[in-house]
Amino acid sequence: MLDIQLLEKGFSPGKALGLFAKAHPEAGGIASFVGKVRMDEGVKALELTHYEPLTLPGMHALAEEAQARWNLDGLLIWHRVGVMRPQAPIVLVSAAARHRRDAFQAADFTMDHLKSDAWFWKRERRADGWHWIEPREQDHDDLARWR
Amino acid sequence: MAVTLIFLGRLADLAGMPEREIDSPLDWGTLVEELEGELGEALEGEKVKVAVNGKLLADKRILAASDGDEVALLPPVSGG
Repeated sequence: MLDIQLLEKGFSPGKALGLFAKAHPEAGGIASFVGKVRMDEGVKALELTHYEPLTLPGMHALAEEAQARWNLDGLLIWHRVGVMRPQAPIVLVSAAARHRRDAFQAADFTMDHLKSDAWFWKRERRADGWHWIEPREQDHDDLARWR
Repeated sequence: MAVTLIFLGRLADLAGMPEREIDSPLDWGTLVEELEGELGEALEGEKVKVAVNGKLLADKRILAASDGDEVALLPPVSGG
């Protein structure tokens, strides 16, 4: 079962994970990752924009690819858009599987693709205004591991 | 007869707006010419991709948009 969502408002990762676990009693393990707005000096807010016709279909395609590569019972991908404050959750990925390796790998794979191969644009507000954030070299190296 | 251009990410800053209309029919050469200056230059960058009506073009230089089409200009992404 796939649970793929773009969220305009804040969410509780704990609550989402509780429901996801309950929906997958057959799973032997669940691996999850929560991405948060980092508390960097000078960063007052973070904004994520998306493009409706591409972003959600792209997340579905990514989930299907993960499902095809690993033996999963379920995969959850929730991603925020809009303006967020430091410490707010941005993304939640959770993979449920019979065995742990599939769950760990699927969550890792999904996160690497959300970072630098999904239709999101990120900018942060500092004292002198908004700055667009380019993906880091490391993000591209992380992505290349799966090719 | 118009095509709607959607500017994403920093391209919206360079354009000074999130979207605008442009005369149709529209090909890549005309688009770059119309959006002169820094914006036009940014579009030529290797990493900028183009989607027409939600479908990504394999090569943006084959752009051929007609009346009513939505052309999205997509700079490098950063999510998560």
